[in-house]
Amino acid sequence: MTTTATDIRILESQLNPANAVLNQRHPAGEPILFAVNKGQTLRIVDLEGNQAADVIFYNRDDLAEHYSATDTMVHQGGIYLTTGSVIRSNDGRPMLTIVADTCGRHDTLGGACAAESNTVRYALQKKYMHSCRDNYLIALQRADMGLTKRDLVPNINFFMNVPVTEGGDLKFDDGVSGPGKYVEMRAEMDVWVLISNCPQLNNPCNAYNPTPIQLIVWNPA
Amino acid sequence: MNTQDLPDPLTTVLPNPPQAAPVDAPAFWQRFPAPALAGVDTSKLMWSEVVPGGSHWSWRMPRGSAIRFVALDAGANLSLVLYSALEKLERYNMPDSLKAQHTAHYTKGHVLMSDMGRSMASVTADSLGWHDPLGALLDNELMATKYGEQRYEQARNAMYRSGKDGLLIEIGKYGLTRRDLIAPVNLFSKVSVDAQGRFGFAPDHAKAGDFVELRFDMDVILAVSSAPHALDPNPVYAPKKVGLLAWRCGAAPADDFCRAFRPENARALHNSDMLYL
Repeated sequence: MTTTATDIRILESQLNPANAVLNQRHPAGEPILFAVNKGQTLRIVDLEGNQAADVIFYNRDDLAEHYSATDTMVHQGGIYLTTGSVIRSNDGRPMLTIVADTCGRHDTLGGACAAESNTVRYALQKKYMHSCRDNYLIALQRADMGLTKRDLVPNINFFMNVPVTEGGDLKFDDGVSGPGKYVEMRAEMDVWVLISNCPQLNNPCNAYNPTPIQLIVWNPA
Repeated sequence: MNTQDLPDPLTTVLPNPPQAAPVDAPAFWQRFPAPALAGVDTSKLMWSEVVPGGSHWSWRMPRGSAIRFVALDAGANLSLVLYSALEKLERYNMPDSLKAQHTAHYTKGHVLMSDMGRSMASVTADSLGWHDPLGALLDNELMATKYGEQRYEQARNAMYRSGKDGLLIEIGKYGLTRRDLIAPVNLFSKVSVDAQGRFGFAPDHAKAGDFVELRFDMDVILAVSSAPHALDPNPVYAPKKVGLLAWRCGAAPADDFCRAFRPENARALHNSDMLYL
């Protein structure tokens, strides 16, 4: 087990969006499922600030291999993702490496909102509000390629700040993100990227105002 | 207490239970430390067991039953996962449970929530104050790196077993596969997080006799492994045994401690109650 600090590490990218093979705005509150190949670099941009991008990765060659929050945390010895963090699978293998990060801290513990968990967290009547897990499910239903609800494992919340206190409490702090901040990761295997651009309106994870993100992909240099 | 008196199921041949008392012939619980039995109505006992260190097992537990888990050695760890017995797609969800209760540890009052917004189990008694919900699980690679190898051919049942393999075997008995393995709860372990986000494993957290009780709020499949915690710095593979005592405690009453603990917990228990109207 290698232990790396998980404290905020800011590093700007040298990549030029003019050279990207994909560069698209992704609207607030919507899902997307797309492929990133081994060696390609994916950048997610928080266009207006304080937006949570809820992301799960799957190995395209073996859909039973998915992002694992716990393996990622155990291997790096801590909870936050930042520059240098290796995003690992349930087999402990590197899926992607964070190679640039102007936000500096991303969440592994907060998970994705769901109609059902909204009934618990806020009020029983909240179940008809749009949620990340509805987004995930419709993306998987449309793709119909063997991924189902059982594959909706604990996700990464890019741009979200969820600290744990010394006393063992979980806090939802104001984001460390801001308009135009981004995180960039190099794929270490061929992956599916499943994103819900979080539609949560009940808590400050989106500053009560879900906003778009930008998705940019580069081929290896 | 002398837990050495407890028969080791690996080496002791126990008599078959008599037909008149099928549930608990060995009565392991009678040799659990007395303080760990506080609050249990022993007239409602279902069974008791001793899970040896490094071992794994699973049970189908009905709503309204409870298991009292007892650390029989200091430094015990029990990795635990829960699936609904009615619909296995519904399972314990670490992030949903943590964020709903704004917690990164479990103790009396907390509930273990499913991904469907229901309480699967409630922590109804606890002598320890902190059980680890952050989900670290010992796998074979990490186990070999930390401890080297001790395989069956040489060591027989003293072989090193990982928590991950143990849980995979157990959930496999119900048709669940590695894609279904969820982040477990590690009973009896404490992992803190510092300001930089780094883990700190508390050595010697659980003492012999420490206990924690889960009341099951819906019908569940419960799988456990008593392999060491993945972050345990002990360089020696030294898994500890854990006692289990199952009893019929009844479903959560209206004035339940866990319902009152947080409004979120009241709603999660309400959502479970709606399954059993």
